[in-house]
Amino acid sequence: MKILVTAKRVEDPESKIKVKPDGSGIVQEGLKYKINPFDEIGVEEGLRLAAKHGGEVVVVSIGTKDVQEQLRHALAMGATRAVWVNHAGALDQLGIAALLQKVVEKEKPDLVVLGKQSIDDDQNQVGQYLAEFLGWGQATFASKVESLESEAEKNKVPAVALTADGKAVRVVREVDNGLATLEVQLPAVVTTDLRLNQPRYASLPGIMKAKSKPIEELTPEKLGVDVTPRIQVLKMSAPPARKAGIKVPDVATLVEKLHNEAKVV
Amino acid sequence: MEFDLPESHRALQSSLRDFCERRVKPYAREWDKDEKFPMEVVRELGQLGVMGILVSEDLGGAGMDALAVAVAVEEIARFDGSLALTVASHNGLGTSHVRVFGSDAQRARYLPKLASGEWLGAWGLTEPGSGSDAAGMRTTAVRKGNGWVLNGSKMFITQGTVGDVFVVLAVTAPEKRQKGITAFVLEKGLPGFSQRAIHGKLGMRSSDTAELILENVEVPDSARVGELNHGFIDTLKILDRGRITIGALAVGLARGALEESVRYSRERTAFGQAIGEFQGLRWMMADMKTELEAARLLVHRAARLADAGQPYSKEASMAKLFASEVATRACGKAVQIHGGYGYTREFPVERYLRDAKLCEIGEGTSEIQRSIIAKELFKGA
Repeated sequence: MKILVTAKRVEDPESKIKVKPDGSGIVQEGLKYKINPFDEIGVEEGLRLAAKHGGEVVVVSIGTKDVQEQLRHALAMGATRAVWVNHAGALDQLGIAALLQKVVEKEKPDLVVLGKQSIDDDQNQVGQYLAEFLGWGQATFASKVESLESEAEKNKVPAVALTADGKAVRVVREVDNGLATLEVQLPAVVTTDLRLNQPRYASLPGIMKAKSKPIEELTPEKLGVDVTPRIQVLKMSAPPARKAGIKVPDVATLVEKLHNEAKVV
Repeated sequence: MEFDLPESHRALQSSLRDFCERRVKPYAREWDKDEKFPMEVVRELGQLGVMGILVSEDLGGAGMDALAVAVAVEEIARFDGSLALTVASHNGLGTSHVRVFGSDAQRARYLPKLASGEWLGAWGLTEPGSGSDAAGMRTTAVRKGNGWVLNGSKMFITQGTVGDVFVVLAVTAPEKRQKGITAFVLEKGLPGFSQRAIHGKLGMRSSDTAELILENVEVPDSARVGELNHGFIDTLKILDRGRITIGALAVGLARGALEESVRYSRERTAFGQAIGEFQGLRWMMADMKTELEAARLLVHRAARLADAGQPYSKEASMAKLFASEVATRACGKAVQIHGGYGYTREFPVERYLRDAKLCEIGEGTSEIQRSIIAKELFKGA
């Protein structure tokens, strides 16, 4: 089984994000970066599937040379090799999906696993566009029945299950009122939700092995994709500062304020 | 001069940082209070490759270097000095003695399991009546047929009760003093070999410390590590490396103490403002930051010298001396910044202070470090 996973470079959620005074973007100096946590869950799921059924996990990222750090992270977790689409400058979701489509056509994986969204701009579109462009089935928001404390999770059992004939995968997905189970013919696109698995830490031997794993460089030109964005970010602004809370002297005042001001009781 | 860490070291740092945030930070206080050795987490560190950082890849290790050990130990010490000491001593002392001076057979038998953390390593130099003064060593190994009989005791041995593999130094030729000491590798469970847990330490309370008792312990000559009568000379090399690691541990504690201080002084108010706005406290934290960065530079420089195969004994001693005194100072200031709360177990800084003190004592006291540095200064004069 060949599985393609993604590793977008995003701001570390622990970093303090500041919007530039002119609203054109965020201040990048001093920020730390990580692999998108949803993508990391995708890498983990891919590795578990490959461990169970045999095969390899190929990781892809798009961006400047910096994204090699995230590719190396996925390689250190256990991916076999990496594809780096070298591109500087703005990209919209359609452009990203179009690039991934070309990478998929080149790599011919049985399954593409990617985060349901990235934690920087929270678009939640690329997986869906990609399935559409490829004409493949898709199962978004993959989750699982077992909890993250279960034995199955401890034993790193993949939640995405290959059917007996090996021609489809069964995916549990989170929906508003519970869980739905889908069966999708392979090849397919799966996007991961938060409770799919607990990604492994990169081990030290894994980090050392990752140094010699190959990273193939591609470009939008080589892939024949025009990535001129059709969407333009006009302005970014910080959320309005929250008003400070108040202290009330006693319960009676609290109830009075909840009733008359907040109107919740 | 290179100041940035290599990419693999940054990856190690980031992986361990995530691990420690989740698996160490929330529990360190309880482990300290209960003197509980966190075996489960140590095993998990083994799976991450942290128990075999220096062991070569063909023997199941990570095949990394002294700088990697320093980076790893600092990350762990940021939240838990005790666990960092476990990792430091396992990698740097017991495992390293077998790795550097062991025979191929010994390396093949012990290193894979030590590197995976399935077995824990301990190292016995100090005795009830002697530490850095090797001439005071009383433990003996006497020839018997093709093997040896060991008698004596070893004191303050880290991983003393939880350890599986012990490298122990014993006198084999008393008249030759330092040049009459030999190292032996002992496995737990040998007849006559027992361990007595030591409780009630000031700090490093969840690291395991014990006295080793050797009563007519018989071992074959194949248990001898390194050349006959060469044990103490080998030991000095192990100690030099170990000192870099203790320096890194101290840097981690100082960093943890500073981070806690900045956080607390932002939140705590007095006289109508956050206490972090008062210049008196700000200057304390500025000093802490400056000193800890300087200490880290010394530690990394010593590690890089060691990795480059250059002499580093003096540099290792300077790194340990400076970093451990910086850590105690920084942790003391952190307690002061936290005021009454800092004096309680509610906040981790009192634990950091207790842990930091060990760094001025273990693997050669500050006084021994100064003697080593001074000896180098006067060499050939």
